[in-house]
Amino acid sequence: MSSAKTSLAALQQELEDRVLDSFEFRNQITAVLLPDSIVDACEFLRQRDFDLLIALTASDHWPEEPRFEIVYQLYSTQTDALLGISVFLDGEEPHIQSIDAIYPNANWHEREVFDMFGIDFPGSSDLRRIIMPHDWEGHPLRRDYPLGYEEVQFTFNFDEIDQRKKYAKD
Amino acid sequence: MLEAQMEVTVDELKGLVSQRAIDGETMILNMGPQHPSTHGVLRLLLELDGETVVSCVPDIGFLHTGIEKNMEAKTYEKALVMTDRMDYLNNLGNNLCYCLAIETLVELDVPPRAQMVRVLLTELTRIASHLVWLGTHALDLAAMSVFLYTWREREVLLDIFEMCSGQRMMTSYFRPGGIWRDLPSGFEEAVQQFIDLFPDRIEEYENLLTENPLYIDRTKGIGVISSSQALEIGLTGPNLRATGLPFDLRKTRPYSGYEQFDFEVPTASNGDTYDRYIVRMEEMRQSLRIVQQALVKMPEGPFRSDNRKFVPPPRSELGHSMEAVIHHFKLWTEGFSAPKGAVYIPVESPRGILGCYLVGDGGPMPRRVHFRTPSFANLQALPMLAKGHLVADLVAIISSLDPILGDVDR
Repeated sequence: MSSAKTSLAALQQELEDRVLDSFEFRNQITAVLLPDSIVDACEFLRQRDFDLLIALTASDHWPEEPRFEIVYQLYSTQTDALLGISVFLDGEEPHIQSIDAIYPNANWHEREVFDMFGIDFPGSSDLRRIIMPHDWEGHPLRRDYPLGYEEVQFTFNFDEIDQRKKYAKD
Repeated sequence: MLEAQMEVTVDELKGLVSQRAIDGETMILNMGPQHPSTHGVLRLLLELDGETVVSCVPDIGFLHTGIEKNMEAKTYEKALVMTDRMDYLNNLGNNLCYCLAIETLVELDVPPRAQMVRVLLTELTRIASHLVWLGTHALDLAAMSVFLYTWREREVLLDIFEMCSGQRMMTSYFRPGGIWRDLPSGFEEAVQQFIDLFPDRIEEYENLLTENPLYIDRTKGIGVISSSQALEIGLTGPNLRATGLPFDLRKTRPYSGYEQFDFEVPTASNGDTYDRYIVRMEEMRQSLRIVQQALVKMPEGPFRSDNRKFVPPPRSELGHSMEAVIHHFKLWTEGFSAPKGAVYIPVESPRGILGCYLVGDGGPMPRRVHFRTPSFANLQALPMLAKGHLVADLVAIISSLDPILGDVDR
């Protein structure tokens, strides 16, 4: 715990005003950074002793702006320090620099975030859809993407729905 | 017509495979989602030079059921049911991770008896998961008897789970605040019977495999990785411990009372398939030690928190208490609300670090639930491990990484 706090303090010193905020919630420390500073922050923390990127995920706050929150969880296996980093992105063309040059295991997590939320990671070594089929349109975990049940076809709207329903028609 | 089809295929693969494949020097083989040795619906695009793997591109998503999105549409307690189905061999482990996340978020207490039961059942689940791993790993290497023997042991464990919750696998036995119902009578005898019979059974498996020259030939030196490479690529759990790093979240960041137990964290030094086998065999023994200690130390007391804002009252109270009826009604229709905020709780699953990132927004349904699943992270290491090996070795490597596709795809 204390190691996460000291690392946070060192990070704040290193990045100064690019660390927008930091808070502790339920004994877990999170730092909120500017999107441009994520690579510098990860490099700094990696050199410190945060050797494992334990989670990289995103959260959609639609319809609030800034819409997307990318969450990184960095962990140190030597000192048992868990530090969370949050970055907020706008809904229009969200993008953030990829960190897979620093933490190679970020690649698949970034692919999942791209697939599910549509967030671009310039600088990534390999950004393709990972879970959905490669030609899928849309980003499923966005809040405005429907949960996806089948439309109920009554007699009055049967033909209407039948036209747009996707199934083998011929 | 055939050429046009071939061109389209090669275009898609241009970034993924080497130039040799596009020139036609090496062969691209699809180890399809339906395959007896891929441990589920895993599709691999193999670039083969003869029988040697030049590169291997995993294609996942065939078991994606939208668990994370579905959980956003259910209340916290009802969403728990979906966690069993992610890593379907570690049901109680997934339940535990999610329950710990909820309890941390809403600051709910868990009585000591419930914590001890959780540890006991989680360790039994770990043993059950390693038994499946052992059986399927041996089966992949054509040692069929081991497969049948491990399933025999697993039946005993599934009977124990059925005794507690009514379900063999998808138990949903751990609930926020404790466990669903108290342990049934006959539980202690059943677990003691298992504790008595299991050490000999592990001996039996070891006699069949550990010093078997055929097994050693197929697994020593196959899929070697160093600890620094493993940490870089995000490999955790027995895969990481086989490289020499004694990192286990139950020791470094104990949860649910694990600090009270006396157990060791087995490691090995070479980081190859054989070492991953050795580590998991020893882990089964250590899990059995924990189960033994938990059974002896089991305290009496309540099995679930009595905070009625989060835990429904027992049915017997509904007859005479109006507050109980109101709590029951509110909890089963609307569900309890969690404050605004996010927590991340990592636990040690049989495959590695399982983390739950839970975001509450003041309402009764989670805003966002994300599971950092170990199999998803471990599978990322497969291309690195498989380079230069034969296809037969690839099968051994996949099974030694122990991927569970429900965990990978969610």
